[in-house]
Amino acid sequence: MSNTVLISLLFIFPLVGFLFNGIRFRSKNYKLAGAVGTAAVGASFLISVVLVAKLIGLDADARSITVHLFDWINIGSFTANASFLLDPISAIMILIITGVGSLIHLFSIGYMSHDERPSKYFSFLNLFIFNMLLLVLGDNLLVLFVGWEGVGLCSYLLIGFWFTDKAKAAAGMKAFITNRIGDAAFLIGLFLVFTNFGSIEFSSITSLLPATAESGWSGPITLACLFLFIGASGKSAQIPLYVWLPDAMAGPTPVSALIHAATMVTAGIYLIVRLSGMYILAPNVMMMIAIIGALTAFFAATIAITQNDIKKILAYSTVSQLGYMFLAVGVGAFVPAMFHLMTHAFFKALMFLGSGSVIHAMHEEQDIRKMGGLKKYMPITHFTFLLGWLAIIGIPPLAGFFSKDEILWYTYASSAGSKVLWAIGAITAVMTAFYMTRLMALTFWGESRVSKDVHPHESPKSMTIPLIVLGVLSTIGGWIGIPHVISQFLPGHIPNVLKYWLAPVGKSIELTGPATEAEELIIMGLTMGLIITVSWLAYLLYAKKSAIPSKISGALGPVSKAVENKYYVDEFYQSKLINPLIEASKGLWLYIDVNFIDKVTYLASDFAVGCGRGIKNLQNGNIQRYAMYMSLGLILILSLILMGS
Amino acid sequence: MLSFDFLGTVGLNHYLIVSAALFCIGMVGVLLRRNVLVILMSIELMLNAVNLSFVAFSHFSQNINGQVMVFFVMTIAAAEAGVGLALAVTIFKRFKEVNISFFEQLKG
Repeated sequence: MSNTVLISLLFIFPLVGFLFNGIRFRSKNYKLAGAVGTAAVGASFLISVVLVAKLIGLDADARSITVHLFDWINIGSFTANASFLLDPISAIMILIITGVGSLIHLFSIGYMSHDERPSKYFSFLNLFIFNMLLLVLGDNLLVLFVGWEGVGLCSYLLIGFWFTDKAKAAAGMKAFITNRIGDAAFLIGLFLVFTNFGSIEFSSITSLLPATAESGWSGPITLACLFLFIGASGKSAQIPLYVWLPDAMAGPTPVSALIHAATMVTAGIYLIVRLSGMYILAPNVMMMIAIIGALTAFFAATIAITQNDIKKILAYSTVSQLGYMFLAVGVGAFVPAMFHLMTHAFFKALMFLGSGSVIHAMHEEQDIRKMGGLKKYMPITHFTFLLGWLAIIGIPPLAGFFSKDEILWYTYASSAGSKVLWAIGAITAVMTAFYMTRLMALTFWGESRVSKDVHPHESPKSMTIPLIVLGVLSTIGGWIGIPHVISQFLPGHIPNVLKYWLAPVGKSIELTGPATEAEELIIMGLTMGLIITVSWLAYLLYAKKSAIPSKISGALGPVSKAVENKYYVDEFYQSKLINPLIEASKGLWLYIDVNFIDKVTYLASDFAVGCGRGIKNLQNGNIQRYAMYMSLGLILILSLILMGS
Repeated sequence: MLSFDFLGTVGLNHYLIVSAALFCIGMVGVLLRRNVLVILMSIELMLNAVNLSFVAFSHFSQNINGQVMVFFVMTIAAAEAGVGLALAVTIFKRFKEVNISFFEQLKG
């Protein structure tokens, strides 16, 4: 089959699934809805595999497939076509989206079996997949933006899926509005890219970059990069726009796994990696990205330590891990960023689905203080969650170890990185180990604190199978990017597949000279040692039902309270930004709009009406009056003629 | 025995004066009277005033064209009267009223 047909089919399957379930949205037949939805994404996954296989078959330097569907916008020098670009970056993305996506669809069948509107749910989920594919495959910024907005819409719809609960509907709104702020910046960035390069196609931007680099004047590019980064920070939940992601946990748990962990929130990373050539020319913005990423990773991790809602912990952990990815792109480590994006998609989707399985078993209970000892009731969930836990805290040879270690190493050694950023990243890694162990200990280990009227049970097969598959992926997913420093000791010397795969497209900043392999091993060992110690400590503290944690938080008093309340960021935004904005808008409405703009327009309309009122009487319908005008006119003309003669 | 000598002295101007008088009477009727039928009659009066001046000019300039024109005018006037009366009858049936000031429905 030709590439055009394949790429079209890739889009058509989720779209058909969306339409099918969307038309019969009232149906309560969750099995049919789920089967169709899952099959649609599964079919897309198979096509993705075929496409990527085709891509692998090409020469390393020519690995890109462009498909032009139709001309979309063509005004003057501005062109944006509905055409798609499949290259190593988007190949990874479509495999994640459709692969993890179909597993999460499968999981949803069991999870949503008691729901009132399963058809609606699956139609939104399919629509999300469609838009996400649009986002990662678009060959220009505008198609990307269409997908960008589409996933935002689906995110809003799915967060507020149980909209009869006002808090959940408000969470959806919050996500949508916060994203709008980022999207406005994204659009400005898009315009700047167009004015700067005269094109918004990635290929033309890339081809124009060397000339721009030679000219030495990077001001406009810096500005464009900055605005695009603000857009990315809205979608990918970075400081200061991260506040929507923890609230987004109001949606069904599989949605959190798919949209708010594995795919949509990584769109910002994808955007920056896609435009990596441009970002390298804006070192100031790169530094800002690195700092914001590191700070986000750090602060989100501190908040995660104090939370008690299983999903909130995972949400802050997601924010923190996204911070890692931004730290990576900020120091020019684009390949490790993509690597961590992939492994994170595996283990975080796994943990979210695992938490969904727990919540399902606990009859919608999300507070980990009321869990404990679930290991014996839910062996499969426990074991897969265990794999996710080991992966995220970075124990070799699980996936998270390799990607996180790559990022930390590049932060340490890259010419754009710094030791301070590395230290923040390493501390964050240790904190991650702490709060994740706490989560494990309070949920699965230790004594049971489950209330007597709740009887936890293992979830059905449709839910455990995705868990097992993701567990396997979280274990072996990192093996495609084993760094040279480790692989040289392994039998067979496994190459860093990912690095070679992304080499033609993913630009990287060179490492500084003096950093040696010994240094890399020492740093790796240091973080490893700390992580294991802290995990053990957390295990002792929480699984052994010790009273120490409450004593510590008591001793820290106001600090721990501030962290527990998420540093009062939401309250700060409410009182210092949102309320003043509302008051200012009210003022504008009452004084500027009502008293000024309205009055001016009324003046204009009154003038027109007044003019009309005078002339109106000429046409009152009285035929004799008309005849009179004619006669008078005749007399006038005649007298003029007579006088003239 | 009546004397018709003055006939010989009647010139073009006399005809034109009569014609103008008739025209003005008709026009005043059209402009001032309210009854639709009377207005139609007044229009006929105006047309005939014009006819009179046509005939007079034709006679005094020894040109037959004017009299030919009169036939056209009379034909048209007959058609116009037919249409006008039909309208008047229809309007009367609709409104039970012949006063023209009631017929203002077609105003813009």
